Amino acid sequence: MTFDVVVEVRLRPGIADPQGSTIERALPALGFDGVSGVRVGKSIRFTVTAIDESTARAEVDDLCHRFLTNPVIEDAEVILSVVSPAS
Amino acid sequence: MPPHVAVVRFPGTNCEFDVVEAVESLGGTAAVVFHDADTLVGADAVVVAGGFAHGDYLRPGAIARFSPVMAAVAEFAAEGGPVIGICNGFQVLTEAGLLPGALQKNAGLKFRCEMVSLRVETTDSALTSAADDGQIVRIPINHFEGNYTCSNETLAELRSEDRVVLRYIDNPNGSVDGIAGVCNAGRNVVGLMPHPERACHELLGSTDGRPLITSILDSGTV
Repeated sequence: MTFDVVVEVRLRPGIADPQGSTIERALPALGFDGVSGVRVGKSIRFTVTAIDESTARAEVDDLCHRFLTNPVIEDAEVILSVVSPAS
Repeated sequence: MPPHVAVVRFPGTNCEFDVVEAVESLGGTAAVVFHDADTLVGADAVVVAGGFAHGDYLRPGAIARFSPVMAAVAEFAAEGGPVIGICNGFQVLTEAGLLPGALQKNAGLKFRCEMVSLRVETTDSALTSAADDGQIVRIPINHFEGNYTCSNETLAELRSEDRVVLRYIDNPNGSVDGIAGVCNAGRNVVGLMPHPERACHELLGSTDGRPLITSILDSGTV
């Protein structure tokens, strides 16, 4: 099976986000007064082929933990969707 | 035999020859070791030099960590050999799990390139044995991601075990507790954001980096 994968990498709660706070501070100047809690992350997209969804998910989780995120400061949310059922 | 320092260079490293120059000016010998090497033949100490290893893509140090030479560096460190990570080298050592914490983007999002004052917080480390406890040293910084971050538990551990090696007098980047450098539990692996190799000659405006480079040479001869 082939899956489209989106990994959303985000700073863990409580970790200061200099980019997010800079964006937030700029918003009132543009007339956006009601926006708060801005956090900046990154989105990483790729394709995975595996025998089933749980195998694919386990592989992506391992990839996230060992490489795509720094677990000291970042978390990842993984979104898998099936592209083709037969591999 | 003078102590021999292996200076690790990844694609994108740019401070390796400054380290070689500083080591040689203080009586050691040094050789640059490329990232695909699988041994550190004959090294008494290792310096992971600054720059932009593998372009700093994904995160600083994230890809460098998987370079073949890092297995040899980890083994050398596990045997008690002195390993010093300077700037990007510090980021590489945290990503490799050889030092705790992580280096985040500077608070204020400014690239800071200036001389700073640091306090030597302990002389019990591979980087500070030849310095004086409480000594103030002027050493340049040159980084965008030097904002030291760690969990509260890690910070408490670093403090109680006297593992904060250097602190900024005026925190330039938002680092927790003003931390500029930390060491591992064995005190042989040290990372710091400032560049002591750029403060080893009168012409560079400071010679305060000399006791730190000398400490590396001393720890390599023990």
